[in-house]
Amino acid sequence: MRVPLRWLSEYVDLVLDPEELARRLTTAGVEVGEIISAGDWQNIVVGEVVKLDKHPNADRLTLPTVDIGGGEQRQVVCGAPNIAVGQKIAYAAVGARLIDGHSGEPTVLRKAKIRGVESQGMVCSEKELGLGEAHEGILVLSPEAPTGAPLADVLGDTVFDFDLTPNRPDLFSMLGIAREVAALTGQKVRDPSIQYEEKGAAAKGRAKVSIADPDLCPRYVGAIIDDVKIGPSPDWMQERLTAAGLRPINNIVDITNYVMLETGQPLHAFDYDRLAKHHIIVRRAEAGEKMELIDGSKHTLTNEMLLIADAERSVAVAGVMGGFDSEVTKETKTVLLEAANFNGPNIRRTSQALKVRTDASTRFEKGLSQHLPPIAAARAVKLMVEHAGGRAAKGVIDVHPGKAKEGRVTVTMERLVRVLGMEPSTARVREILTALGFGARWMPPDRFVVRVPYWRTDVSIADDVIEEIARIEGYDQLPTSQLRGEIPELVPQPRRDLRERVRDALADAGMQEIITYSLTDLESLQKVLPKEELAVAPPLRVSNPLSRQWEYARTTLRHALLDTLASNLRGDQSLISLFEMACVYLPREDDLPDEVEMAFGVVSGREPDRWGRPTGEPAGFYAAKSRLDHVFSALRMTADYREAKESAYLPGRTAEVFVGGDRVGLIGEVHPQVVERFDIGREVAMFEVNLDALLPHVSEIVHFQPVSPYPAVEEDLAIVVGEDVPAGRVLELIRASNLVANVSVFDVYSGDPIAAGKKSLAFAISYQAEGKTLSDAEVAKERGRIVERLQRELDAELRA
Amino acid sequence: MASDTDIQQLEAAALKDLDAASDIAALEEWRVGYLGRKGRLTGLLRGLSSLSIEERRTVGRAANELKERLEEAHEARRHAVEEARVEQVIVGERRDVTLPGPPLPRGRLHPITQTMRDIVASLSGMGFQVAEGPEIEWDRYNFEALRIPQDHPARDMWDTLWIDYEKDGRRPMLMRTHTSPNQIRVMEQREPPIRIIVPGKCYRFEATDATHEWMLTQVEGLAVDEGISLADLKGTLAEFARQMFGRDRKVGFRCDYFPFVEPGMECRIDCFICRGDGCRTCHHSGWIEILGAGMVHPEILANAGYDPERYTGFAFGMGVERIAMLRYGVDDIRHFYSNDLRFLRQF
Ligand SMILES: [Zn+2]
Repeated sequence: MRVPLRWLSEYVDLVLDPEELARRLTTAGVEVGEIISAGDWQNIVVGEVVKLDKHPNADRLTLPTVDIGGGEQRQVVCGAPNIAVGQKIAYAAVGARLIDGHSGEPTVLRKAKIRGVESQGMVCSEKELGLGEAHEGILVLSPEAPTGAPLADVLGDTVFDFDLTPNRPDLFSMLGIAREVAALTGQKVRDPSIQYEEKGAAAKGRAKVSIADPDLCPRYVGAIIDDVKIGPSPDWMQERLTAAGLRPINNIVDITNYVMLETGQPLHAFDYDRLAKHHIIVRRAEAGEKMELIDGSKHTLTNEMLLIADAERSVAVAGVMGGFDSEVTKETKTVLLEAANFNGPNIRRTSQALKVRTDASTRFEKGLSQHLPPIAAARAVKLMVEHAGGRAAKGVIDVHPGKAKEGRVTVTMERLVRVLGMEPSTARVREILTALGFGARWMPPDRFVVRVPYWRTDVSIADDVIEEIARIEGYDQLPTSQLRGEIPELVPQPRRDLRERVRDALADAGMQEIITYSLTDLESLQKVLPKEELAVAPPLRVSNPLSRQWEYARTTLRHALLDTLASNLRGDQSLISLFEMACVYLPREDDLPDEVEMAFGVVSGREPDRWGRPTGEPAGFYAAKSRLDHVFSALRMTADYREAKESAYLPGRTAEVFVGGDRVGLIGEVHPQVVERFDIGREVAMFEVNLDALLPHVSEIVHFQPVSPYPAVEEDLAIVVGEDVPAGRVLELIRASNLVANVSVFDVYSGDPIAAGKKSLAFAISYQAEGKTLSDAEVAKERGRIVERLQRELDAELRA
Repeated sequence: MASDTDIQQLEAAALKDLDAASDIAALEEWRVGYLGRKGRLTGLLRGLSSLSIEERRTVGRAANELKERLEEAHEARRHAVEEARVEQVIVGERRDVTLPGPPLPRGRLHPITQTMRDIVASLSGMGFQVAEGPEIEWDRYNFEALRIPQDHPARDMWDTLWIDYEKDGRRPMLMRTHTSPNQIRVMEQREPPIRIIVPGKCYRFEATDATHEWMLTQVEGLAVDEGISLADLKGTLAEFARQMFGRDRKVGFRCDYFPFVEPGMECRIDCFICRGDGCRTCHHSGWIEILGAGMVHPEILANAGYDPERYTGFAFGMGVERIAMLRYGVDDIRHFYSNDLRFLRQF
């Protein structure tokens, strides 16, 4: 909502400078999003185009000669299609401060040659002057603008562009803003005059209004103005409309718009003679009913939509836009002016369904006051009498089936204190409420009965009134305290705790955390998941995606990690290791999806050497595994890895990960075909862990084990087994001995002198007994048992 | 049989060998060889058993004196070798202290995670506990229970991504537009006093630019109890803002509208650039908005089954990206989820 301050000052005296006024309004909840000021228009004057030559080197450019007053003329280069001889325009001399029409940034006009011709200054567009967004053509001024006058004298006005909240439809008007300004600065509002002479015949009997659906139209006021002369509206009105961002059309339409901006009540003018039987019927549309609107768009309606019809056909979509067939034209003699009240949610639904949003619909949808139509109608009739030569009919037609009760709210001092934490004086409460147009009656000993002014459709309970007091007083003026009282009992968050521990462990392992989008496209999922899986369990789809790229709720993060890896490759072999913690969304029948908490990681590149250069081994399965094991170690868990086949992973280098017998994840090298789909061009290892599956295995408390005072005996053991015997199996069998405190692999070897199909594994074993020092003999005996077990179970041999 | 001669010979040999030992390992070997439990001197003393008591005493004394002399010589030699070793380091094996050590991998948390943790830590200190909820939600929780019914113009404040799922001719499932729905879920399950924060991802049907992202991270706070007032809300937010942005910040409040609070407000801090005078960054207001808040609307308390005459509460919500941008001076919100390592590694 744009409010030119000169216009606003007609209704209230502006006693503060614009910046201070904007601050006060914003603090009170009426946010001034932008102050559009006349700007620093030095070196910009009114000019007249006296001659227009063609540019010798460019068809689209012209060379206007501009009279800038004082007998001086300047030739400039101009690209605007709408320039013509005789126009008054805004001429900027070199050195003027303008807004760049393309970048929107402030700039200083310099001397320039354009396609070989020097431009002595410039003819400006609205955008270049900082007045708006229009940049297709130049700004054409009123013909009365005096040539050579500083532009600020002609156009100089400051405009507040408000970012209003949807609860305050009353503020979408000059009067609404004026009321706020008055209350905040101790001024009085001057209501515009609605007095006019009724020279015509009585309105009643000349037209009829029937409301078939009073639930959607509680009130309809129709006024008739005869003998109007259609023509341009007065300059002052055109200038105000332009400054407020509306385009002047003709006197009748301009007056309806002007009064809408003034009062907040949308109006519509019908050509009385084009309304069949002069009968207005407000009714729901028939399903499938068709309608062409003033803007030329054609629509098929549903029976949820409210129409204005005459005796034969529809003439407007109520509260949204008038119809093509009944609009005011040059030939119009008599106007039927509509000022009605419609159901907000219904107007909103219609406007969204038709994809037609208008100044009218955005006001109606917020719920306007039923008291407004007769006031706005009278104001518009007065202006039509004055500026369109019309004769006002006697009286108006006012059908009001859905009368609303006047709002009354009781506010106790107890409630005020409870909500605000302080007790304002009754005098101050009355002062604030009265300034805002509320009636405030003190009912001793402890309460106010507050009458809500008709335009404040948003106020219905005590706390609404309390907010009025708080915002006018200023929130910063109210007291401040700290929460007291009982701190609620702790509700454990094991899922979050686990997630944060895993996150820390992964970062500890040298991996960089990333956060990627939760939505993706089907192609990305297809790159990393088998087709059958996507067919059986299709991901949730967003019905109105921002882009095809973000259409599906992801069921994996594989693509996201690989995409991020790909986008961070810089043409060298540097080690990159990334992880992400996020949910995947697994659809469920008729319910919200299962949001499964996952951790994904990728590692790729060569390990750094002593100097940090990527010259080491390419990171593969084992690099990923050491990182994942780092996590399990942080969680004090032991994971089992079992070789597995998984889509997207390379067979032979892939494992399922188990903790406490539950499958919690996958790890492996990414299948070369998949790597290729992401254009990565080097080996990648990846892991994925389901934290929800891991959760039951988290043990919160560590149980202390006494450190044995007896020395351990350290020994190495080398055996030869078949090539496909997993080391993990051997470890398991060694660990089965209760004298083995610790065992780890330290060498794997195949080749000469080991027989083909065999490999040698070396283990460091530490033997320890509870409560005593082991003797050499005892160790030897236990070693013998272990070797025997390995021979029996795995056909292992001691390596010579 | 041991004699004086044996002792003299042993001494000569020992001193010769000691001279030859040029490092710590050789010295240790020498010590074990001569003075150890199975060393030559011990061997010599063992031979004394065949002598007369008188001889034994004489030779024994001589042997003990030799042991002391050898130990002294060993100590001196050891000292000399260590000195020589240090000398050698200084001369030929010194470290260039300006060279780096071998690299250790360094992982970092995403700046949004870091900021989120700081926010949670600050509010935890004031007794707020984390309560998480689903990212894909019902319209009922995301809007209706928060006083934003169908066809309410306030829905424009949260442009929504809808899930393609229809029931009874409506689309009831959506990507949550804020973490506020979890307020309702928690109030349905618990009784006052309540003091929670809800962190999590949210989604908007919104074109992206330097200050807008369609995926964002929010922290929502809710406190409900007897005797909670707007003054407590102001105090809580002011303390939070100073913990996050520095104790010398000015914290201000202005009226704002959210359907689920009454009165509603926006919390702001003085502009980083102009410190309150007004500049381009703060749209000449002198203030930078950091979060929205207000007193929980009595209707919402009543819907949760709480007596709105007895209980009051406040709620607040903030965008973590916005807080991170202000703290780190990040000029474009799109940096966060483009995951360029050159950006991420700065935090
Ligand atoms: Zn500033």
